[in-house]
Amino acid sequence: MSPPRASVAAQIRDAAPLFAALGDETRLAVLLRLASGGPGSISHLSAKASVSRQAIKKHLDVLEDAGLVRGIRQGREHIWQLETRRLVDAQTYLGKISAQWDDVLERLRNFVENDE
Amino acid sequence: MTSSDRIEKKTVLKAPRSRVWRALTSAKEFGTWFGAKFETPFEPGKPARGRITNPDYDHLTIEIAVETMEPERLFSFRWHPYAIDPAVDYSKEPTTLVEFALAEVPEGTELTIVESGFDRIPAERRAEAFRMNEGGWTAQVKNIDAHVAT
Repeated sequence: MSPPRASVAAQIRDAAPLFAALGDETRLAVLLRLASGGPGSISHLSAKASVSRQAIKKHLDVLEDAGLVRGIRQGREHIWQLETRRLVDAQTYLGKISAQWDDVLERLRNFVENDE
Repeated sequence: MTSSDRIEKKTVLKAPRSRVWRALTSAKEFGTWFGAKFETPFEPGKPARGRITNPDYDHLTIEIAVETMEPERLFSFRWHPYAIDPAVDYSKEPTTLVEFALAEVPEGTELTIVESGFDRIPAERRAEAFRMNEGGWTAQVKNIDAHVAT
């Protein structure tokens, strides 16, 4: 029943910065904007935001470190885009917790439906 | 993309609402399918502490803080998800809210489970939760299965 240690340790190393990066309102807003509007520059991303360009840049750096976005130089500025693979990773983790609830729910189902 | 803050499960159980309500809110019955032995009954506003009954994990305790008990409608509690390290004091950390909502349907009882508040859980704890996911919880669930089947 013990998990494969090496891969689990690797998962933990991977997961912590990912969730830290996602755990901020402004960064989530930036991600959503990239998701719905496609790749964009910092000026584009900070146009409707209530925070400064500098702040947006900092958030983009955090997101880039976590592998959630990628900045590609285009002339004098960077164009930022989503790295969808990492978002799928984040969902995988929640999916695991979700699967546990599925298991528990089935135990409850057995319990109440097979009552004498 | 689903929310990173909550997990929601909905299912229909072929049992009357009163039966499901008892399985959820009687500490003894809850413990039977969940795999823990509680020392105190569940009461709104009160913590209930139990001991995990799986022999591999029986050094662990489970503590829930019961919030709402609206008969045959809503049962909710807060807990520290995967508070499994006896060396760690989880009491200062944010909790998640677990809600069981019941509704009557022709086939029996529609049960909705929502666990929310994951966004406030520290990242390193979440990583730990994922680790537990791989082993302990699965073992626990299998044990409940064996218990219910006998």
